[in-house]
Amino acid sequence: MASSIRVRATSSGDTTEVQALIQHPMDSGFVKNAKGELVPPHFIQEVTFEYGGKSVFVADWGPAVSKDPYLKFAFKGGKKGDELKISWTDNKGGTDQTTAKIQ
Amino acid sequence: MSNEIDKTRRLILQGAAVIALAGITGIRFGLTEAFAAANDKYPEEAFKQKNGDDAIKSLYGKTAEKSDKVKLDAPEIAENGAVVPIGVSSSLADVTSIAILVTENPFTLAAAYKIPAGTVASVSNRLKMAKTTNVIAVVEAGGKLYSASKEVKVTVGGCGG
Repeated sequence: MASSIRVRATSSGDTTEVQALIQHPMDSGFVKNAKGELVPPHFIQEVTFEYGGKSVFVADWGPAVSKDPYLKFAFKGGKKGDELKISWTDNKGGTDQTTAKIQ
Repeated sequence: MSNEIDKTRRLILQGAAVIALAGITGIRFGLTEAFAAANDKYPEEAFKQKNGDDAIKSLYGKTAEKSDKVKLDAPEIAENGAVVPIGVSSSLADVTSIAILVTENPFTLAAAYKIPAGTVASVSNRLKMAKTTNVIAVVEAGGKLYSASKEVKVTVGGCGG
């Protein structure tokens, strides 16, 4: 299966800018479906970005984060061609991970 | 990922056991592991708070003071409450954490980010908003909390189907 995570990491010398887009319903538990039943909460709780074996960014999310979440941040260091590892876990125990080459 | 978390947790438990069994020799190891645990843990309780102040207290254990060094980028008017772009950045030194709260949502805390040393104190994401609301950005820097807030007018709420 294709990864749920799309990442672009771009190095500009000193810093590496990371943009990530994850496919996930991010159901809050407050929205009803067409039959009028509440859709149970299903959302990503934690996203971790690791570079060189160290986490460079950790996101803790609640259900208020939009569907198919987008995230942008930057960290110092990061060489072109090196790998950035991204993984997420949701409230139902679902998980996915991917690695992206810094460009 | 979840396997790794499990592994870390098991390590932490082992660390705790080592303290209990080995006493002083285990303390150093135990402390570093416990600190890692505090950093790794998902703040379940904080995400359940219905009031902004409670959520901040639950997350950080202290209150925030307003600061113009916290920059909150949010639209004046959001046409679609389901997708509101929000950015937070800060010129403060030693930023360790950034949290974003949406006060009118059922649960106020929307997102909390850990900023390790070397990571730039700036984050952008997209949040859901039920209705017109205040958005509060909280930045933890040098062990203290600073905040900024802004009202976002929502014309179509993010809670509809």
